[in-house]
Formats: sequence, structure tokens, C-alpha cells
Amino acid sequence: MFFKDAGHLFRLAAVFLIGLLVFLVVRSALVPKSFGQYGHFRGSALTDLAARPVNFAGHQACESCHSDVLEKKKGGRHARVNCEACHGPLAKHADDPTSVTPEKLDTAVLCVRCHEANAAKPKPFPQVVAADHSNGLACDTCHQPHSPAIAGGGK
Amino acid sequence: MNVTRRHLLLLLPSAAVAWKYVLAGTPEAAPNYTMANHWWGMLIDLPKCIGCGNCVRACQMENDVPDGYFRTWVERYHVSEWDLENPKVDSPDGGKKGFPASHDEGGKNFFVPKLCNHCSDSPCTQVCPVGATFDSPDGVVLVDKTYCLGCRYCVQACPYGCRFINPKTNTAEKCTLCYHRITKGLTTACCESCPTGARQLADLKNPKDPIHEFLKTHSVHVLKPHMATGAKVFYNELDGSVR
Amino acid sequence: MPGVEGFMYPNEVELQWSVLIVLYPFLTGLVAGAFILASLERVFRVDAVKPTYRLALLTALAFLLVAPMPLQLHLGHPERSYEMYLTPHTTSAMAMFGFVYLWYLMAVLVLEIWLDYRRDIVMMAQSSTGLKRWIYRAMTLGSTNISQRALAIDDRVGYLVTVIGIPSAFLLHGYVGFIFGSVKANPWWSTPMMPVVFLFSAMVSGIAVVMLLYMLATWVRGRKIDMRCVDTVARYLFYTFIIDFSLEMLDLIHRIYESDESFRSLDFMVHTKLYLSHIVVQIVLGTLVPIGLLALTQVLDLTEADRKRIYVLAGVLTLVGIFAMRWNVVIGGQLFSKSFLGYTTYKMGLVAREGLLTAIVLTLLPFAILWVLIKLLPPWPEAQTREIPEAPAPQSGSFA
Repeated sequence: MFFKDAGHLFRLAAVFLIGLLVFLVVRSALVPKSFGQYGHFRGSALTDLAARPVNFAGHQACESCHSDVLEKKKGGRHARVNCEACHGPLAKHADDPTSVTPEKLDTAVLCVRCHEANAAKPKPFPQVVAADHSNGLACDTCHQPHSPAIAGGGK
Repeated sequence: MNVTRRHLLLLLPSAAVAWKYVLAGTPEAAPNYTMANHWWGMLIDLPKCIGCGNCVRACQMENDVPDGYFRTWVERYHVSEWDLENPKVDSPDGGKKGFPASHDEGGKNFFVPKLCNHCSDSPCTQVCPVGATFDSPDGVVLVDKTYCLGCRYCVQACPYGCRFINPKTNTAEKCTLCYHRITKGLTTACCESCPTGARQLADLKNPKDPIHEFLKTHSVHVLKPHMATGAKVFYNELDGSVR
Repeated sequence: MPGVEGFMYPNEVELQWSVLIVLYPFLTGLVAGAFILASLERVFRVDAVKPTYRLALLTALAFLLVAPMPLQLHLGHPERSYEMYLTPHTTSAMAMFGFVYLWYLMAVLVLEIWLDYRRDIVMMAQSSTGLKRWIYRAMTLGSTNISQRALAIDDRVGYLVTVIGIPSAFLLHGYVGFIFGSVKANPWWSTPMMPVVFLFSAMVSGIAVVMLLYMLATWVRGRKIDMRCVDTVARYLFYTFIIDFSLEMLDLIHRIYESDESFRSLDFMVHTKLYLSHIVVQIVLGTLVPIGLLALTQVLDLTEADRKRIYVLAGVLTLVGIFAMRWNVVIGGQLFSKSFLGYTTYKMGLVAREGLLTAIVLTLLPFAILWVLIKLLPPWPEAQTREIPEAPAPQSGSFA
């Protein structure tokens, strides 16, 4: 190639080269520092995700204070039903018991969620047609939720 | 399970650590959590699922899941005896408020909870153009919402329909296996609130995790095995009709 | 649930990719097709289509400039789209977009246009005034060398660029087909034929749009249409269409024959939700009718006026049909549940970020850009001055 007559091509190549260099500089400034630490992602995303606040305290937190309820549950059919399964998320209460008081639950709404008869529920699971079962009475009229069996363990 | 002294010796220290963080009020990553020691999955014992929807509600409350979108949901199946290819399926509002009562119409009826399968060979992380969704070293598939473009390719690539775009952040979102809980020694919100123990968190790298014994003694499946995603959510007694 | 029939996984009810994602492959398809037509003359020396050469290049550029816009408008965070350049995930076909696009824009299309027009640019830089003068001067990159030798070098390099450009054009549009074709979760999309089908339908649409634009522009300028050119373009359109149609029929017949677990659900969808867009618009009006019309021009001895009418009708129907094909792939692929037990509905917004109005504006915008390009760089055959130079006589003495 005669360089004099290809001058315009060299100018174009220079433009491309400058563009590439600018890109590389900008790239090194913009890529997050922890990117690639564990894989093709921002490593500090793991700590960000792990740092979310917790809303459910977990049954061990409840049992450390409410050991009397734990005793009542033992041996009953609800022994392995965790506290927050019925009482809802209570990490704030476990955090500072006096500042947050858990609401009293409405058994008419709560119990039927699990125990209303449904063809898709496993046959051995205790289920009733609520309207026929209690004649409109609330469930805790006869059943104590922490130990629901009536004979011996109920109210 | 009988809580023996040995169990207490193992449980109490980790409970104390977890409780300390709950009490502390300020959330922070547990400093004594080593990713390399864990490989997370979940066991779903279908004969125990009663379709109460506790898991769906708990997940929403724990993770601020917007209405109309689901990080986990429950499906109800009705299969007439031999026609496995045409089940009738419903999932009213993801099963969040349970299911309407139904009488036995014959055939087979059951519930199937679903969530992200945290695939070890996940098609969703494969297609992310920038590395916003990724596989953590401890086996959890996560989304970095500060990096996600919202291109929705991962939502298309998931064979299980477990992803969605959060309308508030305009980024991809899905079950995180409550990463913020399991790294502190707690279990996931859905497992915590499941009244029958149908959902159980499993740490496949922990030799004492009951999953190992369970996998050896039960007939266990994953969803859509032909997709070869390396799914780590194991279903006990999954019927052939389940989509 | 409104709009849902049967069962869908709860997160599937809302469509993820809207009409803008239908538009994107349509636009890049036009780019690829227009470029292939241009390369017919440049590389394969099909002289007859020379009058469309420069117009095809400018058309490709106009559509290429608009192509990223539907993508940006669709993203949840368009301000983060630069991340695809910083940390592209090499396992993702979508990550390729930034680089393939940039390569094709700068190293193929802009370079080829610049090399082909350089003589005119230099001359217009000297003869024009005001703002236009500055624009042309910038485009010369400061070099005013339009000697015989320099132009011969340009021609040689331009030839190489076009040769590289052909597989680049295939890559630009083929990767879009791969984006869909590689998604194993979606049986409507997942097939190795997807990139090939996309590419051939792109070529069909690109050839059709250049043919129509050439005929329209020539008529508007009050000149005589070069029938030898248009007849040749139409013939290439016909051949490409036959291949495209065969590929789509192969896919269809294969699906019907194998009848795998997804087939019944997809078949039902095509016959109900996609009946109008797939059977009526894409297959009948958009493929069979244009092929039939073009076949008539090949088999019968028709008058020039009749041929022109048929080309215009076939061209317009072709473009509509290829758009419908993109629609059926993108939207169709999201209307059925991955459980194969249900269907949802696409609720297209009208005046929304991803709505119909936006799609219409983005479809018209390339023509506006093309108009500006034509004013800046006239592509008409009379204005074309590129001669294929003779090999220069060997010079004695040293290099300059």
C-alpha cells in the first residue's frame, strides 16, 4: 500500500483506537470493585442479600421465653406446628417484647385455613366441614389451640 | 423427633447466634457463615401438604412480595384415574388464601407447592447478559437487583415459571431461599410457617441433615427432569401428572 | 382470571416481551436483508441491481440506527444497559448484542458507506456552505485525497469489508434467532432452525423494502424505473422466499409429525389465538400470495405496468407477512403456559412506553432518518461516480 494514498484509512484506524482506549479507561472506572470475586457477578451482592432484616423470629426464639406454651404443646397434635405458623411474623416482638404485642387470633378464620375439609387434603389429616362441625361456634370454644385434642388435653 | 442432649448441644449455640442477630435489630450478615460448607436445597414431602397457603403468605410477609406475583405458590391437581396427561389444575391467587372447599369427585386430588428450584445448572443464569442473576457458591440462585437491567430474558428461560419482574424495582425477582435467614442459621420463612413439615430446608453438604437419609429411603423426584437443570428441590411422591 | 383460559403458572399470566421486542428483529432483519442485497452487486457482481446499491446501504444504516431504541424502551433499567459492554456474560446470546451491533455499525456499514461515498464527500466538503460544509468536512476526517490510487485502495478495502460484512450481517440477525432458539424452556422457540428461519425471512423483508423504496423514490423524483434492476431484485426476492417458505414448512411438518408433549397446546393456540396473525396474515397473505404473484411474473410475459403493480403489492404483503412472523414467534411464544394447560392474552397498551403508538413511531422513524441520509449522501445512480479503476501502471522510484 502507498501510505500517502491510504492516509485516510490510517486516520480512521486512529479514531477507532482512541475509541477503544477511552472504552477501556471508562470500563475500569465503572465496573463494580467486587465483580468477579466469586463468579460472574458482583461479590458484594451476597452480603447485600444476606443483610435483609428478618421478619419471622423462628420458633427457637419464641420458645426461649414462652417455655410454658412449649410444654403445653408437647405431646399434643400441634407439637410440631411452629408458633409463627399461626401467630404470624414476630421478630419485632422477639426483639423487644414490650414494644410489640402480638394480636389475639380469630380462631374462626385461622383454624379453617388448615382444617376445612378439602378433597385434595391427605385423607389421614384431621379435616371437618366447619359449618356442620361446630354449629357456628368458634373453634376455641372446645379446642385449646396449643393442645387441640378435646379428651384430656383440651379446655 | 426426640430432642436429645446432643441435639441441644448442637442447636443451642446456633440458636443463640441467630437470636443475637434477631435481638440486635440491625441486620447484618452472620460473620461465622462459610459459603463453602453449604449446598442448599429443599425437600417437599407431598403427602403432608394440606394446601393451607401458610407458605405463600409467610413468603410475602418476609420478603415484601408484591400482590399478584409469587416467589412461591401452591397448585391443586385433580387427576382422573389413568389420564395423567390431562390433569385439572388451579392455583387461585397462588393458593395464598388457601383453596375453596371441594368434595371428592373421584380420581386423585393433591396439592403441589412450587418455588424456585435453585438449579445447579440453571438456564436462567446462563442467559443473563450482565451477570445480575447468578449461582452463589453455596448453591442458591440469586438476583442482584442493583445490577439487573430488567431485560426479562431470565424470566423467559426459566422452565418452571418461578420468576417475575417486580413492578416497584423493575428488576427480576424470585425465591432467594431466604438467603438472609439461612446464612444466620434460621430456616426459610415458608418452612418455618408450614404446619405439617411438608417443606423442609435441606443442606446437602451437612452430613447430619435428615435429607440424606430421606433421599435414600424414599421415591424422590424433581420437576421437569428432562430439562436437565440440576434442580435441588426434591419432591417426595410426585405424581406423573404434575406439570 | 380475566384473559386466562385453563391453567397458567401464576407468574406467567403477564407477558414479558411486548410489541417492541417484535419490532426489534423486524428492524434488524431489514438491515441484514438490505445489506445482502447491496452485497449482491458488490461481491457477486450482479450488475443489474447496481441502481439500488447505495440506497440499500443507506436503508440498512437508517434501520440500524433505530434498532436499539425498542430495546432501550423495553428495559426495566435502560440507564444500566451499558453494563452489557462492561461485564458481558459470555454464556448469554443477548450479551453479544452490544458487540455485534457495534461491530456491524462501525466496522461494516459505516465503513463501507464512507469508503463508497468518500469521493463525493470530499467534493461536497469543498463545494457546500454553512452547516453542511462542516458536516462533510468532519466526515472526511481531514483527508482530501481522492486520487486514482486512493480510490483504488478504497475500492479494494470496500470489497473486503463487504465480504466480511456478509457473515457479519448473518451474525447480526442470526444471533436474534439464537436468542429465541436456544431457550429450552419454550418449545415454540426452541429449535436449531430458528436462526436460519429468522435469517431467511430477514433477507426476504430486506430485499422487499429496498425494492419498494427504490420504486417509490424513483417515482417521486419523476425518473424512469430501471426495469432490468427491479426485475432482477424481484427474482432474488422470489428465490429467497421459496427457501424461507420451505424452511417454515419443514418446521411445521416436523412438529405435526413428531407431536411431542407441547404439540397439542401449540396447535390449539395457532388455531385459536393466533389464527388471524399466523394462518391468515403470515401464511396466506404474507407468504402464499406474494410467492404466487412473483411466480406469475416469472412464468408469464407481463407488461411493465403489470409487473410494477405486482411488485408493489407483493412487496407490501411481504413486509406485513414478515412482521406477522416476528409477532407470532415473540407474542405467540408467550401466550401459552409452560404447563401446556392454559393460555393468556396479550394486552397491548396504546399510549404507553411499550405500546402501539411507540411501535408505530419507531417504525416510521427509520424512514425519516433515511430521508436525512438521502439529502446528505444522495444515492441516485446518476450521482454515482464510483468507477472500478484499472490496475495502475507500475511506478518507478520510491514510495511517497
